[in-house]
Amino acid sequence: MVEPARKNSNDTDPGRLPTDRQVLNMGPSHPATHGTVKFMVELDGETIVKMDVAVGYLHRAFEKECESGTYYQAIPYTDRLNYNSAILSNLAYCIAVEKLLQLELPRRCQWVRVLASELSRMGDHLTRLGAACLELGAMTPFLYGIEAREINWDLQEILCGARVTSNYIRIGGLQSDVRPGFEDLCDESIDRIQQLLVDFDRIITANRIFVDRFRNTGILSKERCVAFGITGPLLRAAGVPYDLRKAEPYLVYDELDFDVPIGSSGDNYDRFLVVQEELEQSIRMIRQCLEVMRKTSGEPVNVADPHIRWPGKDHVYGRMEELIQLFKGVTEGIKVPAGEVYAAIESPNGELGFYIVSDGSGKPYKVRCRPPSFVNTQPLAEMLLGGMLADIIPTFDMVNMIGGECDR
Amino acid sequence: MDEYLERVRAVLGDAVIDSHAYLGDATVLVERERVLEALRTLRDHTELRFNMLMDLTAVDYLGQEPRFEVVYHLASVEVELHGTEPSRLRHRLRVKTRVPEDPCTLDSAVELWPAADWMEREAWDLYGVRFNGHPDLRRILLYEEFEGHPLRKDYPKERRQPLVGPRN
Repeated sequence: MVEPARKNSNDTDPGRLPTDRQVLNMGPSHPATHGTVKFMVELDGETIVKMDVAVGYLHRAFEKECESGTYYQAIPYTDRLNYNSAILSNLAYCIAVEKLLQLELPRRCQWVRVLASELSRMGDHLTRLGAACLELGAMTPFLYGIEAREINWDLQEILCGARVTSNYIRIGGLQSDVRPGFEDLCDESIDRIQQLLVDFDRIITANRIFVDRFRNTGILSKERCVAFGITGPLLRAAGVPYDLRKAEPYLVYDELDFDVPIGSSGDNYDRFLVVQEELEQSIRMIRQCLEVMRKTSGEPVNVADPHIRWPGKDHVYGRMEELIQLFKGVTEGIKVPAGEVYAAIESPNGELGFYIVSDGSGKPYKVRCRPPSFVNTQPLAEMLLGGMLADIIPTFDMVNMIGGECDR
Repeated sequence: MDEYLERVRAVLGDAVIDSHAYLGDATVLVERERVLEALRTLRDHTELRFNMLMDLTAVDYLGQEPRFEVVYHLASVEVELHGTEPSRLRHRLRVKTRVPEDPCTLDSAVELWPAADWMEREAWDLYGVRFNGHPDLRRILLYEEFEGHPLRKDYPKERRQPLVGPRN
């Protein structure tokens, strides 16, 4: 069943000396893995013959906490799922609740949400690419990637006041509209990021050492990817053009012009290239969003229903009716009709879905997060079997397991 | 949507107890004893071809009988590429089955999708649903010494347990 990722040249060498097997523990905190995860590797020389991956070191009872608070109180927790792209976690949760509420969102809200999503996706992708280089010992490209991410995070800070834990998307709208002049600022910053991406590409993508460590390592065929439930860049690098933004468009993705890059071999190098191209596509989408946002400036970004999106403080402090609505909203939570729903978005790691069961009260009965990191980490052992110990690093980097999302 | 649900019901036959389509999500409730058979039929059916197990989780309906519900989210993803067009054939289905508190067991779906391995371990860890035929049913997010299953509704949120160091 298990196909070795790469045949070690030693295997076929008749003059090879037999070695004792040794077990190596890597993690849970290891400088070359940006996440708390433990690998128990059985080695024959440097070849991996057996591997077990232990996750769960960052478990913080996300689902249990969600059940004990109101629908609104769960949003900050979603920030802490995938902390590299917090806005997308907010979005996935809010979209699921909105599906239960059967809300129709204002047009401008949808465009700003797409812009925020793509900014967030870029932040995640830049971290993934930069960190992958760093962990292979290439410091310079990491710094280019991180400089681009800093510019991106500055934009997110202007958008919502926080660099990492954004808490930006609300049920039925947004925390706030973008500030005046954001469009021009964003345009400028995106230009700088694009230039940095060109530099990044020229430094690393064709580098001989880099290519040698990425190409033909960590291979997983598309059939196995599908069997393992893998989605996102990993699946696309194996050659399956499955992207929720195209396959089941949400928000206004069906009105945007963008391509879905795919790979062919399903190795780490293809994954790297797919992620790189997705950055370019995100930039394309952001530019289209900015154009629409310039035209729709001043339009509402929240639904008008005060039972779902609370009235602003200027109303609350002046009028009785609004004060009551806010009080009831905060203490009892918004009333969501009973039922169950599953909604998913395309996160940087793949399908991020929320399965929510409501009993009609102000608190969710059950909140299940379908974490792409958890699902994608599972076949890590299969990707690496037969490979070398050193292959763990690039493979783990491209799988991009985010502890917060994987362990919840 | 109703037409689609009818087709699924016809394929599964009398294993289906109930079905509904709410807010665009098609759902079928199948008998516990026949869940593996139903899932296999859905996976291997030439037209439906649910080749991906997207998600597996459990829900605790404390006070109801049977108490637990195990929920599978299936998806059909087109693997082969046709020109430059992105995948078009795709549909989803939610399959549910009820599991009593005692015996809290269900057949494992690992032989159908390897994706079920970790997901079933998680359902065992957090809800205490035991999957028969699972190759390695250990806790995954919590540690082995942890007592109880924390996502059950009768597990108090405030309960604290000692952290146990790794065994060597």
